[in-house]
Amino acid sequence: MNPLAIIGNVVLTALGETGRLSLFTWTAVTHILRPPLYWRLIGQQMMRIGYFSLPVVALTSFFTGGVLALQIYYGSDQFNSESIVATIVALGITRELGPVLAGLMVAGRAAAAIAAELGTMRVTEQIDALTTLSTNPFKYLVVPRIVAAVITLPALVFVGDVIGIFGGFVVGTQSLDFNSGVYIKTTVDFLELDDVTSGLIKSSIFGFIIAVMGCYQGFHSKGGALGVGRATTNAVVISSILILAANYVMTSLFFSS
Amino acid sequence: MSSPIPTKDAKIELKNVHKRFGKKIVLHDLSLTIPKGKSLVVIGGSGSGKSVMLKCMLGIIRPEKGSIKVDGKEVTRLPGSDREKVLTKFGMLFQNAALFDSLPVWENVAFGLIQGRNMRRKDAKDIAIEKLGQVGLAPEVGDLHPAELSGGMQKRVGLARAIATDPEIIFFDEPTTGLDPIMADVINDLIVNSVKELGATALSITHDMASARKIADYIAMIYKGEIIWAGTRDEVDQSGNEYVDQFIHGRADGPIQMDVLKP
Ligand SMILES: Nc1ncnc2c1ncn2[C@@H]1O[C@H](COP(=O)(O)OP(=O)(O)OP(=O)(O)O)[C@@H](O)[C@H]1O
Ligand SMILES: [Mg+2]
Repeated sequence: MNPLAIIGNVVLTALGETGRLSLFTWTAVTHILRPPLYWRLIGQQMMRIGYFSLPVVALTSFFTGGVLALQIYYGSDQFNSESIVATIVALGITRELGPVLAGLMVAGRAAAAIAAELGTMRVTEQIDALTTLSTNPFKYLVVPRIVAAVITLPALVFVGDVIGIFGGFVVGTQSLDFNSGVYIKTTVDFLELDDVTSGLIKSSIFGFIIAVMGCYQGFHSKGGALGVGRATTNAVVISSILILAANYVMTSLFFSS
Repeated sequence: MSSPIPTKDAKIELKNVHKRFGKKIVLHDLSLTIPKGKSLVVIGGSGSGKSVMLKCMLGIIRPEKGSIKVDGKEVTRLPGSDREKVLTKFGMLFQNAALFDSLPVWENVAFGLIQGRNMRRKDAKDIAIEKLGQVGLAPEVGDLHPAELSGGMQKRVGLARAIATDPEIIFFDEPTTGLDPIMADVINDLIVNSVKELGATALSITHDMASARKIADYIAMIYKGEIIWAGTRDEVDQSGNEYVDQFIHGRADGPIQMDVLKP
């Protein structure tokens, strides 16, 4: 095959996919803005996406906080390491690692689960059946998941922030022999509200990415078990990449000034 | 093509509908009228496009060409919210039942009442239990999940869901496949009753000629995406159409050739 034709094909496919995804996202957003919302379903999804992700996010944050403390300690000159460790752990967790790690963990859990569930509903014609029962599948399936993810991710990340800082504190006081009072005071003094809120805003966007990608892949899966499997993989891989890319963009926007 | 189905007072009217998947043409210039308050049965070989035709009428699949009118109103290019309004007139039994496997059986049946009509859950449940009774399922079945049912039971739950909202138009995609002959006849009676007593317009797809003879006012035969014959139930035996004759007598020899390897 002509190499130019291959390149052309790839570009066309990518453009087509981007167009479809944009249209899907737009449709979903217009349905969020137009009542009614199914609050019962939103609550159900908040449990699934948020509450059940708590253990994973808590463990990840705890160990990340701890390992961050160790690395900063070894990397800094050990002279005034106490305040440096506390500061950088707090900033690193709240600004970057908390939201990104929680985003990636929830992408693995929730985006996969959403894609698999909606994908199965698609290939077994359950989504078509919804339509014939005069229920809009966007309102009934997509909107609750997006709203739930956008609300619960910041909550998850907030908990993760606290636990991550606590992880740094535990390592600092237990194995690096820092004074616990000084560690806490430094953390509180240096940490600003903006550090935390920027992370929470980021995580909200990540939640949006996760839910939209999971729903989009599920909605467009075809061809039985194989297709659902492919949709699930795509949902996790693509949402993870988008989370990292969006994180870069947002960091450069938030912290450039 | 003979067309003795009366075209005035049509509930649904398809004209020159065309649908292809990639290179494969599935519906080819398909025209069909479903008279109001009557029961039409469409027969035809496996893969001839029957299910696709139903989905086109429901707007689940969008045909490339042609017109589909419901109560005289064109529905092929409707925007979402108007489509939803039209769909409140319909009930549909899917070929594979397509039950919501995350919901218990009764909520499947009551779904159109709760979501579509905003009925209170308790009232909707009572109706759901009653409809389950009409398809021969005990009230206890209502609390099971679809995965816990046999294939025939799932089909009947699908039927109960299709008729739960007392729709004006009901589509049955192979209502009696997978059922024993006695239960099949119960379902036939149920379909006849829906049309006679509730005044619904019914479109059924079936391979089961006994069932077709029982529930049909009119019969149409689809072959290669086209309606090749249509007439009243009694005319089907003297159709003078070789394709119809071969089909209703289930003969392997005839103008319809199945693509199978002969030994
Ligand atoms: N979503 C789809 N994508 C591609 N091809 C399809 C799709 N749906 C149906 N087809 C094709 O359209 C043709 C008609 O399918 P359809 O399901 O309407 O058959 P049918 O008449 O209902 O058959 P059966 O009696 O076996 O149910 C088949 O050849 C099938 O391969
Ligand atoms: Mg079919």
